[in-house]
Amino acid sequence: MTTDTRPRPAFEHPWAVRFCHWSNAVAMTILTLSGLRIFSAFPSFGSKIPQHDLIEAVPQAVTLGGWLGGALQWHFTFMWIFGIGGALYVISQMASGHYRTVVFARRDISGVWPMARHYFLFGPKPAATGQYNPLQKLAYTSALLLGTLSLLTGVVMYKPAQLSTLGAVFGGYHGARLVHFLAMCGLLAFIPGHLMMVALHGWDNFTSMLTGWKRRPEYEPQRSER
Amino acid sequence: MTRRELLKLSPLLLLGGFAVPTLRDRLLDAGVAWSDTASAAVFRRDHGAPVFADTDVVPFERFPYNGYDVLEPAIDFDDWALTVGGAVTLAGRYSLDQIRALPKVTQNTRHVCVEGWDAIGRFGGSRLADFLDLVGANPHARFITVTCADDYYESLDMATARQPQSLLCYEMYDRPLDRGHGAPVRLQLPTKLGYKQAKYLTTITVTDVLPARRSYWGDQGYSWYGGL
Repeated sequence: MTTDTRPRPAFEHPWAVRFCHWSNAVAMTILTLSGLRIFSAFPSFGSKIPQHDLIEAVPQAVTLGGWLGGALQWHFTFMWIFGIGGALYVISQMASGHYRTVVFARRDISGVWPMARHYFLFGPKPAATGQYNPLQKLAYTSALLLGTLSLLTGVVMYKPAQLSTLGAVFGGYHGARLVHFLAMCGLLAFIPGHLMMVALHGWDNFTSMLTGWKRRPEYEPQRSER
Repeated sequence: MTRRELLKLSPLLLLGGFAVPTLRDRLLDAGVAWSDTASAAVFRRDHGAPVFADTDVVPFERFPYNGYDVLEPAIDFDDWALTVGGAVTLAGRYSLDQIRALPKVTQNTRHVCVEGWDAIGRFGGSRLADFLDLVGANPHARFITVTCADDYYESLDMATARQPQSLLCYEMYDRPLDRGHGAPVRLQLPTKLGYKQAKYLTTITVTDVLPARRSYWGDQGYSWYGGL
């Protein structure tokens, strides 16, 4: 009898996770670009009179739609794709119990600092305990919350009269517009770190979001799901 | 095994349709039309837009003028009348006095511009619903269309037209509407974006079928429904 010492492949990402990851990557890109064009029509969070613009204009290169009406068409189309993708993700994660690997919980708090010290201050690498380390969980959970916040504030801005009760939580149309923008900034801040980590961890990490399988996991797979 | 998993993502390739110019315009039109349908479905006639205290109202000088063309189109105020037609029993010309004779509503509501700014103002006028009753509008008609002294035009779904906060507005800040804000009468619709709230009204038509020219900005790519 021989012992196979090669690491067993791990099935990391169920279909719904991979599907939603890529549909949301497209939707969030389009919503950001068209959103910046929409913002250009009134680049301020103050009053119309007097108007104090935060910037002269968002460069056309990072906008989509050409004019306000065109950008709104992109935004009003992809808000559905983003919303449906988000709902599909949450439902599938809840149904499968997979959310436990992603959602940041109290037991993860103590692991954040050692991981941050490893990444940013060349500290020792803490032993991998599962698919995601505590810092990853914190980042992913924050991104999920920011995505939810963008969706909620977007809905409030879209229907400030019909959904005035929900709108009151964010300060009505005016407040929701500011929170919507800040949520976008938060999501944009997540992306460089996310891409850098994927690059640092290599090709296997990228292909696993396409096929679901990671060929050489750095941890012991807990169960074979497929 | 991995190839099969990869194939399961193939529906995502449908998003590539948005990269094909001819297909893209149709897909985006469909996206906006679907959003309009959903907007009309969540509209509740008995759920008013938020109203605000007098202290929340922005001073009159800071309530923006927004015109698409000229702010003061030529209007003969002495001879002004609102011409009503279509599916009504009492078609004809209605004077400002006839509109003012209807119960007056004064409300502090938020005006939201599609550009992203908003301002809480004080508006007064007659309920559009009362006026539609006055002219004997067919209760089953689906739309009203309006035209304006400055060649602007708009149309409204009947649910919004009959929402109790939808006004034939002739006052702002307890004074007669000034010329820049749409004198003598404009639509004031707290459940619609600003571009739906046509100024300088000259005609109202009750109809089941929208004309080819249905909304000045809607025809150029904004949502026709424009509901809040």
